[in-house]
Amino acid sequence: MSVRFENVTYEYPGEEKSVVAVKNVSLEIADGSFVCVCGENGSGKSTLAKLMNGLLTPSSGIVTVDGETTSTESESALFAIRSKVGMVFQNPDNQMIASIIEDEIAFGPENLGVPREEIGERIAYALSAVGMEEHRHHTPYKLSGGQKQRIAIAAVLAMRPKILVLDESTAMLDPKGRAEVLAVAEELNAQGITVVLITHFMEEAVRADRVVVMSEGAVVMDGTPEEIFRDREKINRYHLELPVPDYLAAELRKEGFPIPEKIFGEEELAEAICRSL
Amino acid sequence: MSIVVKDLSYVYSQGTPYAQTALENVGIEIREGEYLAVVGKTGSGKSTFIQHLNALIKLQSGEIRVFDIDLTAKKPDLRRLRGTVGMVMQYPEYQLFDETVEKDVAFGPKNLALPEEEIRARVKEAIELVGLKYDEVKDRSPFELSGGQKRRVAIAGVIAMKPRVLVLDEPTAGLDPLGKREILALIRRLKETTSPTVVIVSHDMEAVAEHCDRMAVFSGGKILKVAPPREVFYDEALMREAEMDAPSVVKVAKALISRGVSFHNLPVKKEELVKELVERRGR
Ligand SMILES: Nc1ncnc2c1ncn2[C@@H]1O[C@H](COP(=O)(O)OP(=O)(O)O)[C@@H](O)[C@H]1O
Ligand SMILES: Nc1ncnc2c1ncn2[C@@H]1O[C@H](COP(=O)(O)OP(=O)(O)O)[C@@H](O)[C@H]1O
Ligand SMILES: [Mg+2]
Ligand SMILES: [Mg+2]
Repeated sequence: MSVRFENVTYEYPGEEKSVVAVKNVSLEIADGSFVCVCGENGSGKSTLAKLMNGLLTPSSGIVTVDGETTSTESESALFAIRSKVGMVFQNPDNQMIASIIEDEIAFGPENLGVPREEIGERIAYALSAVGMEEHRHHTPYKLSGGQKQRIAIAAVLAMRPKILVLDESTAMLDPKGRAEVLAVAEELNAQGITVVLITHFMEEAVRADRVVVMSEGAVVMDGTPEEIFRDREKINRYHLELPVPDYLAAELRKEGFPIPEKIFGEEELAEAICRSL
Repeated sequence: MSIVVKDLSYVYSQGTPYAQTALENVGIEIREGEYLAVVGKTGSGKSTFIQHLNALIKLQSGEIRVFDIDLTAKKPDLRRLRGTVGMVMQYPEYQLFDETVEKDVAFGPKNLALPEEEIRARVKEAIELVGLKYDEVKDRSPFELSGGQKRRVAIAGVIAMKPRVLVLDEPTAGLDPLGKREILALIRRLKETTSPTVVIVSHDMEAVAEHCDRMAVFSGGKILKVAPPREVFYDEALMREAEMDAPSVVKVAKALISRGVSFHNLPVKKEELVKELVERRGR
């Protein structure tokens, strides 16, 4: 097991009233899995993500990463957790610090005290993992949004994390940039890195092993994409949006077309429609 | 015609080694009452184009006429222009600045030099139009609101000027599905009430297919085609050249066509595809 939540509640303290952002969540994220987290704005997704690497620690309950609690007093233990669970956020422009890409990537490992020679290797690995080797000595300013997010992912990869958390990292990108970032996430997952993808785009959730839906701080749905998409009533209740092929499949089933439960994308849907015409 | 653009070209940092051509001989006539989508991949010139429409970018070469306002004139009437073309920039919530929602929304109409009473009335109307409760939000700081609410306050600030043309740059970017639906519904409502002509920049082809009358397809600073979604999405050569992705419905329809299915009317909306298939099966 990699990340485990046991009865976790998190409350942001406030002057007048505090906000309970995560409510009694129990959840286990399996090693090597690809988990998608969906839910309306304000449902607690980012808070959940920050609880995974000790940026926040539970008000009650316990979060463990590889068996180690994030509620530790030990700086070095917390540091180990942060380098195991890498986070990439939404805005590609707020995440760059250095003026040369290679320095941006070196920043994390330098802080970890990784020896100089090895840092060079890590930079090379991280940039090739996101397909940005040729940009090593360039500045990040001129990159497209998708490229900037890939650099942000590379900066995390240089820490050799076991888990990559992408908190709406595709939200501000155009379709091409989104596709680039998703392709990188899938490739890393294929290499054994656990991926937690927070997104509003249900087409992205289609690829996950598992979809977790949050509402008002609680986990309200948890299952495979097919299981989640099947429940139209809850999809509406939690203001999610079905991927278009799944929506069309459901509408056609209502009209009596024998479309199978599991549809993956436009081609498969067209195939099924043809068989029923 | 509400807006006529001829031979519009624009170069950033002109005359320097960093010169960057953003628009090249762009021409289009935007019809009064239409819902126009400006589409194309990032860097194709969409934002540069729309910012010309209310002179946020100064004309370098070409002609633009907005109703009777001629932007090629020595001194175009910018105040009247800004009251005619309302511009909602990308991520407009980052541009909120005033201490209360009411003051923020009043900023535009104040610049139009309207009487105090008229300003107050318009601010109230605009806040209600975007679906917020005037009495509940007017004295609140815009920064305390949720992302979707902030964006609506920013839009209220533009529609309080009662523009005949509403221009929005990627108005649903970064929102959750409900937020997206609400903003699209709001734009519809505004089109039917205050601002009959709407121009939106969007990467969301599903939304464009559902809502827009015509699309202007940009690529490399040029307009490749201006046509209804049906004539854009099924134009293979154009889609390839503009490097655009068709909406899911069109992809399904194309996959069906390649399997020998024919359509009366090429579908671009979800209900159009379902209707065609149901009718076909009934025959
Ligand atoms: N720093 C903070 N201080 C106080 N409340 C916060 C803070 N960050 C988030 N919240 C509140 O916690 C709840 C969950 O927020 P968040 O985890 O950001 O949700 P999501 O990522 O799903 O949009 C919301 O009600 C939000 O307003
Ligand atoms: N402020 C600027 N300075 C220099 N070049 C710019 C500036 N803004 C945009 N550009 C360039 O102009 C071209 C068109 O950009 P833009 O109008 O923003 O396209 P879009 O909105 O379609 O993404 C691109 O090559 C872009 O890099
Ligand atoms: Mg969030
Ligand atoms: Mg733009």
